[in-house]
Amino acid sequence: MAILNFDVQNQPRQAYASMAVLLVGLLVFPFVAAQFGNSWVRIIDIALLYIMLALGLNIVVGFAGLLDLGYIAFFAVGAYITGLFASPQFAALLESIVNYSPWLGNALVAIMGPDIVQNGIHLSVWLIVPIAAVVAGLFGALLGAPTLKLRGDYLAIVTLGFGEIIRIFMNNLNDPINFTNGPQGINGIDPIRIFNVNLAGEAGSRANVVIGDFSMPSVNAYYFLFLALCIAIVFVTSRLQHSRLGRAWVAIREDEIAAKAMGINTRNVKLLAFSMGASFGGVAGAMFASFQGFVSPESFSLTESIAVLAMVVLGGIGHIPGVIMGGVLLAALPEVLRHVVEPAQMAIFGQVVIESEVLRQLLYGLALVLIMLNRPAGLWPSPKHEDRPQAADTNKGDTFPA
Amino acid sequence: MDTFIQQIINGLVLGSMYALIALGYTMVYGVLNLINFAHGDVLMIGAMVGLTILTLLETFAPGLPGYVDLFIAIAGAVPACILVNIIIERIAYRRLRNAPRLAPLITAIGVSILLQTFAMMIWGRSPLPFPQLLSTEPIMIGGALISQTQLLLLALAALAMVALVVLVEKTRMGRAMRATAENPRVAGLMGVDSNMVIVATFAIGAALAAIAGVMWGANYASIAFAMGTLPGLKAFCAAVLGGIGNIYGAMIGGILLGIIESLGAGYIGDLTGGFLGSHYQDIFAFVVLIIVLTIRPSGIMGERVADRA
Amino acid sequence: MSEPIILNIAGVNKRFGGLQALTNVGIQITKGQIYGLIGPNGAGKTTFFNVITGLYQPDTGTFELAGKPYSPSAPHEVAKAGIARTFQNIRLFGEMTALENVMVGRHVRSRQGVFGAVFRHKAARLEEASIRARAQELLDFVGIGQFASRTSKFLSYGDQRRLEIARALATDPQLLALDEPAAGMNATEKLALRELLVKIKAEGKTVLLIEHDVKLMMGLCDRITVLEYGKPIAEGIPADIQKNPAVIEAYLGSGHK
Repeated sequence: MAILNFDVQNQPRQAYASMAVLLVGLLVFPFVAAQFGNSWVRIIDIALLYIMLALGLNIVVGFAGLLDLGYIAFFAVGAYITGLFASPQFAALLESIVNYSPWLGNALVAIMGPDIVQNGIHLSVWLIVPIAAVVAGLFGALLGAPTLKLRGDYLAIVTLGFGEIIRIFMNNLNDPINFTNGPQGINGIDPIRIFNVNLAGEAGSRANVVIGDFSMPSVNAYYFLFLALCIAIVFVTSRLQHSRLGRAWVAIREDEIAAKAMGINTRNVKLLAFSMGASFGGVAGAMFASFQGFVSPESFSLTESIAVLAMVVLGGIGHIPGVIMGGVLLAALPEVLRHVVEPAQMAIFGQVVIESEVLRQLLYGLALVLIMLNRPAGLWPSPKHEDRPQAADTNKGDTFPA
Repeated sequence: MDTFIQQIINGLVLGSMYALIALGYTMVYGVLNLINFAHGDVLMIGAMVGLTILTLLETFAPGLPGYVDLFIAIAGAVPACILVNIIIERIAYRRLRNAPRLAPLITAIGVSILLQTFAMMIWGRSPLPFPQLLSTEPIMIGGALISQTQLLLLALAALAMVALVVLVEKTRMGRAMRATAENPRVAGLMGVDSNMVIVATFAIGAALAAIAGVMWGANYASIAFAMGTLPGLKAFCAAVLGGIGNIYGAMIGGILLGIIESLGAGYIGDLTGGFLGSHYQDIFAFVVLIIVLTIRPSGIMGERVADRA
Repeated sequence: MSEPIILNIAGVNKRFGGLQALTNVGIQITKGQIYGLIGPNGAGKTTFFNVITGLYQPDTGTFELAGKPYSPSAPHEVAKAGIARTFQNIRLFGEMTALENVMVGRHVRSRQGVFGAVFRHKAARLEEASIRARAQELLDFVGIGQFASRTSKFLSYGDQRRLEIARALATDPQLLALDEPAAGMNATEKLALRELLVKIKAEGKTVLLIEHDVKLMMGLCDRITVLEYGKPIAEGIPADIQKNPAVIEAYLGSGHK
């Protein structure tokens, strides 16, 4: 990647220049894309959410070297927290408690008050996001505490198991007490409101957001919010990578026994990676729930965990720009293909030979297999600024007596 | 009490299928230290190929008795699955024999997706009905009901496991497999071709999965491209429960897990005061896995993993 | 004998299944000494090392470092208490540079966590700078300062050994425990290693050393313990060890008197 160089450690001026160029492009993008229809910006909005997930998973898989196959569970936690505390769902929950255990239910009803019983809890985004982050992080710690000592492939399967357990609970925690509304999911989730601006547009504005004299489609407003969040996550993870903690993660990845011998409490350091990754996932989940307005268990399957993993693996495990690229490719490309390939097939063959769903799966499968076999470090790995000895100074290492 | 026996019978049936699949996982892990994530999908391929054969038989030889149809289906599914597994090993796993541990696992995940995509393209995305070839008249055993299909399943599973034990303990190939499972390098020094052994291991696992796949279809009357993922994972949990790398462990673990799942699904409602219901059935395998790995990671019968140092 | 005792270990027993690997092994090292542990292959030297540094759990034993009891329950606790070790088969962080390897050694003596990493406030920046400076200092001390930015897996064998020692020194240990640091070295390299160890001793560090090269040990160590089949068979100054009949029998067999 000679044109865009993000190597802040070794070539800071080029890196910052590249970032500036990219930023301008990103800021302008939605207004350009809007010319072709809102759906393109919507695709990128979803892609940005996936990128957030990929960056979070990158801390766990890329930095600390822990394979988590159940990562989407943290996304689910964040989304369902939002579903519970920013929608009418809490009212349904209270109702089910009253049905199940009248004394408990009525006591709660008395405490909560008639408004909540009627309409549910509607916390603002400023509360929902930190709560989602903390709760997801806690789940991460709970999951990690007993399991992080397992060897790599066992850890993978156990985390996968947890992911499935969470999904099954989400799918079934509606009877007798209705936490999650089961397979139907939770509807009517509040859109995001920042400084009195409703990002879904006020009622009657046909999904247009008005700020002062300036108006833009709701998908654009969400675009800028998600972009800002992504930039924040990139900033945080990048700082983590180049710090004492980041070094400890690499040390554990390289040789865990030596890391322990050097005084690194590997259990806690791994737990930290796991929890931090989880909380980023939770934040992304909260954003997703508010953006979409509803959540249902099908969005949180093993397929999604694997999709996020594929983005990290394809792009460049541990390399932030690579991971972002992987996210863009695997999140946006299938959607783009759907808009292009199906009509193309109709035109050429008169029928759709390969459906876009199948194409999407094919892409993911091929990405994983081909990358692992041919470029295991990913399409855009960390630039290898390794200092290799040249032929001339091979003997200079050992001290010869003068 | 009747319910209890019924649950046990259901558990045995389910457990036999888990055992057959678990054997594939455990043997491959024993020689390669690899979780063949795609193994569950081999089960699915077996079911699909079996269905195709049965459909063909329906058209071209409609008069054959149900048993014969099933045997032909199995006889066709087995070589198909063996072929698939051998190709996968050759193309995807062989190059990664000495790669860092996680690379083969990630590749296996990719292979699993590709197998499912492949199945989607050939057989479509909707679930397909699997014909009921044996009489559906249930048989009473001690107050519980069992179908002819289920009896056949139990018989075939038992037969397959006995055959495997004979192969592993009494034949030259079996000895070679055991040696490679313990220490591939030294086995090589003794003249064992580890590549052949690994191919044989994959082939045997595939054959067992093919049998399980066809019988799964016959038992549940419906198959789909994603049917293999969950049973595969649960079978892996069963393999760990019994002791990874240990074929006796896989057999015992598989049957035990089937019974645990069946009893658990049956009684969980009572145990939790109606709070959790039988749709939580799928989590038992993973809970068992977590408990085993926390308390006794080597499993019931002890693990037998290759010394690949 | 005014120097305090740095390491005081007694009564260590360790069994692996049917094998009694260590029987009643103990060691006492005074501050500033270079203490040697020798014995034929399989004598239990590395096992003993692994026990005192927390890699294996002993069946019995008392453990004291600088007068305070320590519990060899986990390697990172042992490092924190003040014993740093190197490994028989060199365990460097191959993909990291030499400097980064030593910086990891400073981990246990520094404290910046997530907050410092993300916000890089003054204290965090200062600590990071001091970690980097100390690491360079240690690289210079062991003689490979010019290779600070070389990826450590590309260093020559001798330099990798030095790097491992530098990394261990970075933890500011009370006791430096070296497991066969001279393994695989030729005579010249061993001389250089000897010089380095003498230099380390001159700084006031205490060293525990496993080695096979008897000549090297006799010339370097202040005191030596000899193990055979997991039991200590001799302890004392090199001159006495060399003349000890049990030691001679252990190494050369009973045909030599």
